[in-house]
Amino acid sequence: MGIEQKLGNMGVVTTTLESMVNWSRTNAMWPMLFGLACCAIEMMSAQASNYDMSRFGMELMRASPRQSDLMIVAGRVSKKMGPVLRLLYDQMPEPKWVIAMGDCASCGGVFNNYAIYQGVDEVVPVDVYVAGCPPRPEALIHGVMTVFEKVNGQKLAAPAVK
Amino acid sequence: MDKKLEPIVKALQEKFSATLEEFRDEAHLFVKPEQIVEALTILRDEHNFELLSALTATDYWPQQEPRFHVVYQLTSLAKNLSLQLRVPVNGSDPKVPTSTGVYAVANWRERELLDMFGIEFDGHPDPRRILMPEDTVGHPLRKDFPLGYEEPQFTFNLEEIDLRKPYAKE
Repeated sequence: MGIEQKLGNMGVVTTTLESMVNWSRTNAMWPMLFGLACCAIEMMSAQASNYDMSRFGMELMRASPRQSDLMIVAGRVSKKMGPVLRLLYDQMPEPKWVIAMGDCASCGGVFNNYAIYQGVDEVVPVDVYVAGCPPRPEALIHGVMTVFEKVNGQKLAAPAVK
Repeated sequence: MDKKLEPIVKALQEKFSATLEEFRDEAHLFVKPEQIVEALTILRDEHNFELLSALTATDYWPQQEPRFHVVYQLTSLAKNLSLQLRVPVNGSDPKVPTSTGVYAVANWRERELLDMFGIEFDGHPDPRRILMPEDTVGHPLRKDFPLGYEEPQFTFNLEEIDLRKPYAKE
């Protein structure tokens, strides 16, 4: 890197506990492994080598809600799926964040009908909405970065309050 | 209509005094609800219609009375024939005897009709909704079911709709 030579032996780094905790949260944020519709294809593409979300410490999609911090709702949520989604959200440990990926998850998209929730925010509290039908992987990564910004602004006194 | 189908249709017409409609060489036979099970049994056992390829319904509200037609699309693989049976049902108390005893595939199809149109099938072994959640009110494929679930949000009504939108709690 070069900076070590200039500063000598850097055995100690001083920082605030808050930024340390937030740094660790953002750099190992594990999303939950599930996709509901075509947005999931773009989510997979964001994970794969071309876009490579593991650059941001997100290479692990956890298949269990108990091991994940981030829920990416990729697709439309039907009325029958809603309770299942809420159960998964409730099983995730605090602190947790939700991204509504795509138009369907954000506002119902083109499915303005009896079977689809008009926005997943009727089921779980959403932190970041990503627009697009489906959003490109860059857009999803930008959404994730926006979550990181939000996490970095959090205070330790109220760790899980949004 | 197919030449091979004509004697079958004629026999059914005489037995059930059913009316025949033809559309683009397809035969549609109209029978009464109480006759349908017997008609299906005869078609299956005597005329080789071994496949109930579709069981669905149509809502003709408000143009026609009775408003529903329950549609049985039958296929004979042995004779390469297809025949449609239709059962008109009124909207106030739509009831048809179940045909699960004749074709086992009718089980889920009839549940779908119960779910989507509210047509009840007498004697059905498992009369539950199949697609929508159990607590759904109404039957979505009826023509008088409201079309949209939510008004689209534009700049002029965004806040108004936002107020009555049921956001999830923490």
